Amino acid sequence: MYDIKALYEAESAEHAVRLLIEHPEAQIIAGGSDVLVQMREGRRAGKELVSIYGIDALRGVSYEADGAIRIGSLTSFSHITRDPIIQKHINVLGEAVDMVGGPQIRNIGTIGGNTCNGVTSADSASTLHAWDAIVEILGPEGIRRIPIHDFYIKAGTVDLRPGELQTALIIPKAAYEGYYGHYIKYAMRNAMDIATTGCSVNVKLSPDKKIMEDVRIAYGVAGPVPMRAPQAEEAAKGKPAEETYVKAFAQAVLEDIRPRDSWRASKAFRQHIAVVLAERALRKSIELAGGEIHEQTV
Amino acid sequence: MSRQYKLVSCTINGKPVEKMVDVRASLTDMLRDDYRLTSVKKGCEVGECGACNVIINGECFNSCIYLAVWAQGKEILTLEGLAGPNGELSDIQQAFMDEAAVQCGFCSPGFIMSAVEILEEKRELSDEDIRKRMSGHLCRCTGYENIFRAVKKTMLKRLGKEKEAEAVTHCTLKV
Repeated sequence: MYDIKALYEAESAEHAVRLLIEHPEAQIIAGGSDVLVQMREGRRAGKELVSIYGIDALRGVSYEADGAIRIGSLTSFSHITRDPIIQKHINVLGEAVDMVGGPQIRNIGTIGGNTCNGVTSADSASTLHAWDAIVEILGPEGIRRIPIHDFYIKAGTVDLRPGELQTALIIPKAAYEGYYGHYIKYAMRNAMDIATTGCSVNVKLSPDKKIMEDVRIAYGVAGPVPMRAPQAEEAAKGKPAEETYVKAFAQAVLEDIRPRDSWRASKAFRQHIAVVLAERALRKSIELAGGEIHEQTV
Repeated sequence: MSRQYKLVSCTINGKPVEKMVDVRASLTDMLRDDYRLTSVKKGCEVGECGACNVIINGECFNSCIYLAVWAQGKEILTLEGLAGPNGELSDIQQAFMDEAAVQCGFCSPGFIMSAVEILEEKRELSDEDIRKRMSGHLCRCTGYENIFRAVKKTMLKRLGKEKEAEAVTHCTLKV
C-alpha cells in the first residue's frame, strides 16, 4: 500500500484542471515512476494525488495543421521510440528516450512526467531543448504555450501554476525540417542509470552539404536545469563542416555550461566529457545529414 | 480521510474478474493479496529490480509502481497464465529449467514475462537486442548468461530454427 491520502482520477484534461483547483494540495501523477517512488521513500508520503494516467486523449504523436509535431504528454517513452512520425523527422528523440531506465520503465514513463519533474538529467529534456520544443499547458484560463527553455525555472521547479497541467510537447516544423541530430548519454551502466552528462546535437547543412547552416546543442546535467550552449552554436553557425570548426565548436561549450561536483562525477570530468560528447555528437549529426567532415581545404 | 475503495474490473490470465480495491494498493498488492498470484514478487518495490513484472495489454510493466486502480479494463498476464490447463509448463519456463537459468527463483517470473513479451513479437532479435530487452531485471544468482541462453534458444525454436537453437552454447558474450 502506498501512503496516499486520497486519489482523484481525472477523465479528461479539463476534469484534471477542475480537480486540481478543488484540491490545491494535490499532486499530479502521470505514469508514477517518479511520484510513487518518492512516495515510497517518504518524500511525498501522505499526499493527495490527481491521476491523469487514464486520459487517453493525452497520448500519441500527430501532426498539427501547420506541420508541427504534437506529442501528447502522456505518450510513453517506448511509444515515442516506435512512432513513425518521430522516426521520420526526429528519430534522435526516440533514441534518447530509449535510454531511460529499463524496458518496463520505458513502458510506464511519460515524456510529460520526464519534463514536469524539472530534473536536469531527464533523457528527453536535452533533445527537446535542442529542437526548440514548445510546451502546451492547460489551466483554468485555457491553453498557453511557452518555449521549453522558459518552462524550466530551477532544479525541480517548472512553470506550472495552480490548476495547470502539461498537455503536449510540440516541435514546430521550422525546428525539425532539414535537421538531423544525435544524442549521447554518458552513464556508468547501460540500463537503469541516470546520465552523468547527456548531450544532444543537431545540424542543418546547406544543400551542397558543405556548410553548417544551423547547429543546436543542449545538455542535461551541465547545470541545474537542461540547457542550450549558445556560444558554441554561434561558433559553428554558417561555418564549413570541417575538422577545425567541429573542434572549435566543442571547445566553445565550456563558455556555456556550468556543471558541478557531485557524487556521480566531478566538475572537471563533466567538463571534459561535455567537450568530447559535443564533438562526437556533431560529427554523427553531420554524417546523418549526409555530409562529410573534411580537413581544412585552404 | 476515510479509506477509499474502487471497483476494478479487468481480465487476469484470460479470466474476467472484478473486486473492490483500496486505491492505495499497487498492482502487485492486488495481484498477490486479492488474487493470490504469488509469482508476482515483491522485490525492491521501487521499479528497479523487475521481480514484479507483469504483462498489461501486451507490454511489460513493473506492477509495484502501477496503481491497482489503473488496471480497470486492462488485460493482465502473469506467470500463472503461461501454464497449460493441467499445469504443463510453457516452453520458456522449461527452457529456464533446462539451461539452469533458475537458482533461488525469485527473479524468474519477472524475467520470464519479459521473455514472453519478446517471444510474442515472433521475430529474431540480435543478441544485443535480447540483452537490452531483458535489462530491466536483476538476478543475484545466475549471472544472467543462462537466462540469456534460455531466451535465445526459445526464440529460435519458436521460429523453427531448431539447429541454430542447439548451437547456442556457453560464452556467447562478446565485448
